[in-house]
Parts: sequence; structure tokens; C-alpha cells
Amino acid sequence: MVNTKKAKAQLFHIVKREPLAWYYALLIRAAAIVLALIVSAVVITLLTEKNPIEVYASMINGAFGSSLRIWSLLQNIAILLCVSLAVTPAFKMRFWNCGAEGQVLVGGLATVSVMMFLGDKLPTPVLFLVMLIASVLAGVIWAVLPAVTKALWNTNETLFTLMMNYVAIQLVAFFLKTFVKNGSGVLSPMPQYGLPLLFGKAYLLNIVIVAILTVLVYIYLKYTKQGYEISVVGQSENTAKYIGINVKKVIVRTLVVSGALCGIAGLLIVGATNHTISTDTVGGRGFTAIMVSWLAKFNPIFMVFTTFLIVFLEKGSQQISTDFRIPNAISDIVTGIILFFVIGCEFFLQYKIVFAKSGKENA
Amino acid sequence: MKKVLALLLAALMLFSFAGCGKKGNDDDALGMSELPIAKVELKADFEVPDDFKIGFICLHDENSTYDLNFLNAVDAVQEALGLKDEQVLVKTQVPEGDDCYIAAKDLVDQGCSVIFANSFGHEDFMIRAAKEFPEVQFCHATGTKAHTEGLKNYHNAFASIYEGRYLAGIAAGMKLNEMIEAGKFEAKDAKIGYVGAFTYAEVISGYTSFYLGAKSVCPTVTMDVQFTGSWYDATEEKNAAEALIAKGCKLISQHADSMGAPSACENAGIPNVSYNGSTYDSCPETFIVSSRIDWAPYYEYIIKCAVKGEAIAADWCGGIAEGSVVLTGINLDVAADGTLEAIKKAVDDLKAGTVKVFDTKNFTVEGKALTTKLADVDTDAAFTPDTEAIKDGAFEESKHRSAPYFDLRIDGITLLNEKF
Repeated sequence: MVNTKKAKAQLFHIVKREPLAWYYALLIRAAAIVLALIVSAVVITLLTEKNPIEVYASMINGAFGSSLRIWSLLQNIAILLCVSLAVTPAFKMRFWNCGAEGQVLVGGLATVSVMMFLGDKLPTPVLFLVMLIASVLAGVIWAVLPAVTKALWNTNETLFTLMMNYVAIQLVAFFLKTFVKNGSGVLSPMPQYGLPLLFGKAYLLNIVIVAILTVLVYIYLKYTKQGYEISVVGQSENTAKYIGINVKKVIVRTLVVSGALCGIAGLLIVGATNHTISTDTVGGRGFTAIMVSWLAKFNPIFMVFTTFLIVFLEKGSQQISTDFRIPNAISDIVTGIILFFVIGCEFFLQYKIVFAKSGKENA
Repeated sequence: MKKVLALLLAALMLFSFAGCGKKGNDDDALGMSELPIAKVELKADFEVPDDFKIGFICLHDENSTYDLNFLNAVDAVQEALGLKDEQVLVKTQVPEGDDCYIAAKDLVDQGCSVIFANSFGHEDFMIRAAKEFPEVQFCHATGTKAHTEGLKNYHNAFASIYEGRYLAGIAAGMKLNEMIEAGKFEAKDAKIGYVGAFTYAEVISGYTSFYLGAKSVCPTVTMDVQFTGSWYDATEEKNAAEALIAKGCKLISQHADSMGAPSACENAGIPNVSYNGSTYDSCPETFIVSSRIDWAPYYEYIIKCAVKGEAIAADWCGGIAEGSVVLTGINLDVAADGTLEAIKKAVDDLKAGTVKVFDTKNFTVEGKALTTKLADVDTDAAFTPDTEAIKDGAFEESKHRSAPYFDLRIDGITLLNEKF
């Protein structure tokens, strides 16, 4: 009688793993990517009747095929990484900052306003300084408002930061409506007021600045007292209070850092790259950054790799649709499958599946 | 068993998506009339060398009716000229920023000798690339700067689509007349609703010519225009169309790129005159006709010039005769009787020059007929009007540059909002 009851028991159950050896974790991740590539290959073959090997070759070609493409890849990594660095301190503190999109956009708006109205009035070094201050200040204001109301009245930061995105987008739309008089909504770029090129190379400035920021944020989070406070508040607010951390102060201070980094991202996108602004200037990076940061478990050094993965997939899938004249949707599907597996394998790194051993207990 | 079923269903869905891949301008669908403007076939009277390459840069992809129209023309010209896939490089979803410049440079790297971009905001970045690669031809639709920029390898193009809008307007006016005769409403209540993207010359020129076409057959017609502030926003366009219908508009047309307005019309049973291509497939009960620009003649022109080493015009504006301005077939189930004949006659009149769309006899501004108007043709920072556009009793649209510059607010049209 007991046996029949046992037979109805669950087929398997899920158990938390002991921390894995690094090579074993790496193996699981590699297996996930291989599996993802196989599944994508099947989907590609079924949907497009193209050779999947050629499709992958095209992806690699799209990302690395020429010096221009490599520069463009690095530039895109730099910008996305900058936004990801910006959201990381807040996320580590379990403050769900979904407003990076808007914080970067107002940073860009501040930059473009300075270029437009002060560009011909200030000497160049002063102009750059004013651009930097304006963009950082704008980003900080956008990030700190939700932080202050969270600290004072415990408002929901997810909603507040999300809503601030729309305010930022409408501000840019209003700016374009007011200052582009022909009604096209397209502001001509102003490269004459753009940030200088480093060694005559476009994008190198962005790449160097973001590389420095990556190291700084890593040190800030790992080795400073403030970084420690962030992780304590993130683990448990009560513990933080118990050991005498001023939680409100930490929340506001961390979001100042977050907003300032977003402002810098805005400065790099507008001041050093596009020299103009539109409502799509940030292009969803504020949200992609959340994924980058989570995938890397809030470690800025790992984030370099997760950013690379995402930008590589993006560039590669664009090349697929050019090379094979297939709709972007199909390359998005491939990207989706690969990300699904990469994120999914994190589950198997944390937990293991134990199958019930049937019959053994009888013996 | 359940799991197997679920998997099967998932697979089925995947394949049904794949089946939706093909979209086109169903010019010869059932229930549609013949084309009101006889199709102008591409000449294809030259040989294209095997190593010739052309690149295309599109803002969105085939999900936007605007971009789909460009992409269909790419396919048409590729087939007519017998180009191989490796000779035609298409980049979709290229934003209006530095990415456009990179895309253009990348196409140069891949050996393209002509590069075409389709969105207004691409212009400055195309000019930047044009300055860097003087041996490559850069062509740009809807732009305004080629004639002042003075570059040998940078060119603008458009079409006299206001003529197409005028013809579509005739179909709208006749439909209103039919509804008035059927006693559905009185002549004074004949009001058209128009969903526009921005309060910008291209849109203003479009809705004004559409209105003048309707007015040429239905003299009591008025029009309300609602702007969305975006070229592609399905929700906003749907809301705008629904708001216009609620305000008593009897027929809707639009100049924005999603299916928002046509589908709102289909839901409400309000006739719709479309743009960029037929919406007959999704809206068989309400679609009347659609005007659109066919870009294939321009593509053929620039390829021919590039292959033969001839100069491409700084501004090129295709018309009815070139096959650049086209109408879809007319939906015989919805359009008023005699629409096809009326449009055909108007086509002949426009070709002969006996009818002009912006004839100053046909419209007034603040109650007065127009005798002079300085238009902003040359783009400068302050957008100062610079060119006299009225000549021989008509506003000369797309004459001084290819992109439209008619931005007058004429009587009979009410702007419900303004979006820049």
C-alpha cells in the first residue's frame, strides 16, 4: 500500500546547489550557448531555408568583418556598458531603477541645449565643461527625485522611475517642436560643438572614458565603504539600520551616482557621437542595460562580457537580414533564443534537478 | 500526451507566422478595379555590370507601410534589371543618427557605388558620408538640402505625390456625394477627417491636395486634421481616427505609416482613403483607394546614371508620367459608381496641364485668393521664406526643390491640434 502512494510522488524535485567550481560553471554556460546555437539553427533552417552555418558566419562577419565594424562594435559596447554601469549601484541596492532611458535622455537634452545656445558663445574648453556639468546635473535630477520620495515616503521606485522616462521623452519632443522651426522634428547635427576626437579616431574617446568608468565603478562597489553600504542595504535594510547605516542617505547618494553616470552616457551619445537628439536617441539602451547588469550579477568586469554578447547579437542579426534579405524579425528570434538559453542556464547554476529513484526504497 | 499536443501547437504557430511573411501591394485582388493610372513599366534599356552594387538604408522594416513601399520598389527594380542578391544590399532599422553614417560607410566598404536612404532625418548623416566618399553617389528621399549643399554626389528625390492625393481626394468626394444622395447626412455635414503625422510641409501639402481633390467634386466638403506627432504610432493613429469619427467625420484619410487609422475605420464602418499602399486585405469593407509613391522609376534612374557615368540630378521629382505617382485599384464594393472614370479623366487633365492641383482659383486663405507666397525652399537655421512660389495663378509645388514646401493653411480645413 505504501508503495502505490510513493509511486504518485513527484517525478523530480529541485534542490539548491552548493557553489560550483568555476570550470564547471563555465562548462554549463558553454553548453547553453552550444544548445542555443543548435536550436537557432533548426529554427533558421525551418523558417528561411538558409544554411545555418552561413548564417552564423554572416553574424560574425557583421560584428568583426571590417575595421569600421569593429570600431562600431566597440562604440556600441561602450555606450551600452556606460548605461549598464549607471544602473548597477542602484540595482545592487535593490532599488529598481527602470528610468535609465529617461535619465540618459535628459543628459543628452542638456548637452544638446548647451551646444545649441552656448556653442558659439563660450570658448571650447569651457563649453565642454559646461556640457559635462549640465548633462550630469540633468541625469542626477532625474534619478534623485524618485530616490528622495522613496527615502522619505517609501514610494514605489519602479513606477516613478518608469514614468520619468515619459516625461523625458515629452521634454525632448517639446524641445524639438520649439526649436526646429520647419516642423520636421529633426534637428540638424552640430558636429562643430562636439567633443574632440582622441588621436583622430572617432569613438576612441567614448571607449576610453567608459573603460575608466568601468574600473572606477568596480572599485567603488567592491572596495569603498560606500560600496559596502550599498550591498548591505541591498541584502537587508533592517541589518543596515541595525549596524547604524543611514539607509535614506545611502538611497539618495547611490541614485546621485546612478544619475550622474546616466548623464555622462547622455553626454557621450549626444556630445561625442550623434551631435543631435531625437526621442529615440537612447534607443532602449536604458532597458537593455538592466539585463546586462543582472546577467553579470552586478559585477562591472563581467558586464564587459555581457554587453559584448548583446551588442554582438545585435550587430550580427542586422548583418543576417542584410545578407539574406530576411525580415529583422527572424534575426530577433535568433537573438531571443540565444538570450533565453544564456539566462536559462543561470537557473541550472543555482539549482539542480533530483529525479526520484523509483523502486529503490522497496528493496 | 498534453505536452506533445502543446509542442505541436507551438510548432504550428511558428509555421503560421512564417506564412504571414509575404506582403505586397495587392493591386489585382478580387473586387478591385483596374489601375486608374496605367502602369508605367520600367524600361530596363541598359546593361548592369556584374560588379555593380547598390545599397539601401531604411528607417524601419517591412512592418511599416512607409518602408514596405520602398522595399517593394527595391524588389521590382532588382527583378526588372536582373540584379543578383549580392548586388542589392538592404539595411533596415537604421536610426536617424550616427548609425546612418556608419551604415552608409559600411555599404561603401562593401563596394556599393550608389547608396539610397529613405528617411528625412538621415539627410545630414548622408551628407557627411557624401563629403567623405566623393566617388560614391548618395541619394536621399524626402530631403531638402541637395540644391543648396552643392555636392556633386549628393541628391534629393521625391514625387509629385500631391497629384496622387488630389486624385484620391476625387474618390473621397464622390463617396461623400453618394452618401449625401442616399440621405445619410446633409451636404453641409460632409466632413472628412485626416490623421497627419506632423504639422510639416510634406503633410500639409498632402492633406491640402487631398482636400482640393474632394472639393472639386463635392463643393460643400470641410476637413478636420488631427496630428499624432509621430510617423509611426499605431495606437495614436487609431485614437486620432476614432476621435475624428466621434466628431462627425464621414470619411477618413491619413498620412502616417501604421495600420491604426485604416483599422479604426474598418471597426467603425467608415470609408477610408489610404496611403502608401492598399489596405484592402485587412479592411475590405471600408478601403476605397490608396495613392502612393512608386520608387522603382527613381531607383532605375540612379542605377542607370551610375552605370553610364552620367550625373544624377540634385533634385528629382517623379510624376504621373514617370510612373512615380501611382494609385492602387479602386475597391468596387465601397467606392461610388463612376469613380474610376472620374479619376481617369482627372489624370488626363493633370497630364495635359488644364487642371492644376494648387490653382489659386480653387482655394482661399483667410477669405482671400492668393496672389503671392514666399516659400521656405532653401534650408537655413532660421527657416526664412526665400522663393516666390505662385506663378501663372497656381502654387508651384515641388518645382524649386523635390520635397514639398506648400505649408499654407487654407480655408475649409480645421487643424484640431498642431504637432511639430
